[in-house]
Amino acid sequence: MSQKPDAIRQLASGNEAVALAALHAAVKLGAGYPGTPSTEILEVFAAQGGPAQWAPNEKVALEVGLGAAFAGARALVTMKHVGLNVASDPLFTAAYTGVTGGLVIVSADDPGMASSQNEQDNRHYALAAGVPMFEPADSQEAYDFTLRAIELSERWRIPVLLRMTTRVCHSTTVLQTPGHPVPPAPPVVFVRDIPGRVMIPAYARPAHRRLRTKLEEIAAWNDKEGPNPIIDRDGELGIITSNVTYQHVREAAPGASVLKLGLTYPLPIETMRGFVASVRRCVVLEEGDPFLYQAARAASLEVSGKPEMYRFGELDVERVRRIVAGDTSPEPLPTAGKPPELCPGCPHRNVFEALRGLGCIVAGDIGCYTLGVLPPFSAMDTCVCMGAAIGVGLGLRHTLPLEQARRVVSVIGDSTFVHSGITGLVEMIYNPPPTGHVLIILDNGTTAMTGLQEHPGTGRRLNHEPTGKVDFEALAHALGIKNVRVFDPVVESDAISGIVQAALAKDELSLLIGRRPCLLAAGASKARGKADAKP
Amino acid sequence: MPSRSTTNVVIAGLGGQGVLTAASILAEALFRAGFDVKQSEIHGMSQRGGSVSSHVRFGDKVFSPMVPTGQADFLVVLAVDQVDVARPMLRAGGMLVEPSLVESKQLTSKRSLNVALLGTLARHLDVADPLWHAAIAATLPERLHAANLRAFAIGKMP
Ligand SMILES: Cc1ncc(C[n+]2csc(CCOP(=O)(O)OP(=O)(O)O)c2C)c(N)n1
Ligand code: SF4
Repeated sequence: MSQKPDAIRQLASGNEAVALAALHAAVKLGAGYPGTPSTEILEVFAAQGGPAQWAPNEKVALEVGLGAAFAGARALVTMKHVGLNVASDPLFTAAYTGVTGGLVIVSADDPGMASSQNEQDNRHYALAAGVPMFEPADSQEAYDFTLRAIELSERWRIPVLLRMTTRVCHSTTVLQTPGHPVPPAPPVVFVRDIPGRVMIPAYARPAHRRLRTKLEEIAAWNDKEGPNPIIDRDGELGIITSNVTYQHVREAAPGASVLKLGLTYPLPIETMRGFVASVRRCVVLEEGDPFLYQAARAASLEVSGKPEMYRFGELDVERVRRIVAGDTSPEPLPTAGKPPELCPGCPHRNVFEALRGLGCIVAGDIGCYTLGVLPPFSAMDTCVCMGAAIGVGLGLRHTLPLEQARRVVSVIGDSTFVHSGITGLVEMIYNPPPTGHVLIILDNGTTAMTGLQEHPGTGRRLNHEPTGKVDFEALAHALGIKNVRVFDPVVESDAISGIVQAALAKDELSLLIGRRPCLLAAGASKARGKADAKP
Repeated sequence: MPSRSTTNVVIAGLGGQGVLTAASILAEALFRAGFDVKQSEIHGMSQRGGSVSSHVRFGDKVFSPMVPTGQADFLVVLAVDQVDVARPMLRAGGMLVEPSLVESKQLTSKRSLNVALLGTLARHLDVADPLWHAAIAATLPERLHAANLRAFAIGKMP
């Protein structure tokens, strides 16, 4: 162990457990972009003294983490599942280059979409990129597997995915630290390795072969000593499972034998084969896509999977019971609760009221302001992924009949603009539609949706200390956008309609910035101000 | 030692009412009382005033962090209009703990209703008062301790 933490038994969420493991392994750099359910990992890591920073987006976070790992430092990169789409470009080639210091990438998936725009199953990324993947079932494993992931990453010099889900990230369970010990960190020093890190085709071809050799070795290791315990019960029913689904399985089928997979890529196929042979009937139980099932069938294992209806949403004890029983009868619908809404007095409200009044076609984006889609506003027509507001709005403008094109507006939040809207702005000046375009940035000075994180547009770092700041107006001017107008959506609420209308009438490119702090962020920064002022 | 099977508690309310804080205090108290405990919640958009619930399960060994529908032994509801939304979680014969059970006039602040209802729940759980007090102290910032200890006592009074 790089640090010798006292043995403590405590309650911790899965996210807190990952943060603690990173601290105990002396991780030198934590980088990420906020996203439910992953956000607290870096916040807790930073609060306990860990060096952590928000990146403008997940791609940059992974690249920074990779650079640190090239230097020999241990790095932790965190994001929600869709964040890995953004970071997938460096991911696939980082698998080729490999790393020197341990590099752990947390992907926090959201089956059931508690707070996401899709429920993609990121286990496919491990397979597609060729990076090992651990899947913890509770906070203890979140801690232990983070340490094991660092160890594996350094032993095979390969980035490792730690795939969590909402129920592991946000469930609090008993955690005993320290768990699995990790060897001391390698020295941090630049050692040149041109063929290893410069992926021109001549070097990338052998790198691809090296990667496949590593994965074969890791698969053999996983079969021999991987974290894949077997609970031996009756020989009648066997269940192969992993992550939090294991917990539901133990409760729903206490009499079944269970093979619980901890390292789910590359799979311990021989261990699985032996387990299948030891039981009369074997079911693969997994949330999301049939990832384990297809791998088992490809290896000719005699297993059954789950009916298609259980691909959707989270699994729980009842659904696992139904899968084991082969029950495909319709499931009871959950009672609808009260949907979330924009806070009373939220500065976003007045903008959506104006857009509704003007009959705009609104290419929207992701953040608190997405709630502008719900009544009483019903003022958003598209929402796909972060940053899409601008590109989608431009596509609509380019192709719609002129009368409709002139009503198209793109609306994006400040954090989202920095994350992936800046390239959209460049597209806007590079391929301007004949009718021009109107982009509205809702600048509330924070990343409100995920719990008020700083970002490069706030000019404050993760720990709220001042730093460099992206100036949206200056950026627009530098790109040659002549019409830039800043307004206060609360003080100038009556003027918003007129401001948007004037911009729409121009057939030119306009950037409108509605600037007013989020109510909650204003409260939090005031409280921080007071705390700072204390002697 | 007699084996203690899993007991299920669901706490429900609206974003901003302190559902998650109440669940953390409950989980911490049970942990200090020597139980295996799991607490699970869905946050994200809950901050914006929508329905929120948190599950707390305890016993000798707890597996799933989620209370199966219709199996809550206790349902604690902080907002009257959320009772119907959350009621399907309660098992037949399970106990509903709702705001009307607390002498709300005695509460100095509406904000501590969550902890007052924990006091009411505490009448039915095998957890000693000092452990509750320690859990409150461990979960909340110091300036809120006195008010919440008072709220807990008000809720606990029969
Ligand atoms: C690729 C990706 N990363 C992260 C998220 C999670 N997420 C959704 S919106 C958002 C930012 C919201 O901030 P902002 O645009 O400033 O709007 P606000 O919520 O403050 O209104 C984040 C981090 C996501 N959906 N997709
Ligand atoms: S948290 Fe802030 S941005 Fe989100 S709805 Fe409330 S006031 Fe608006």
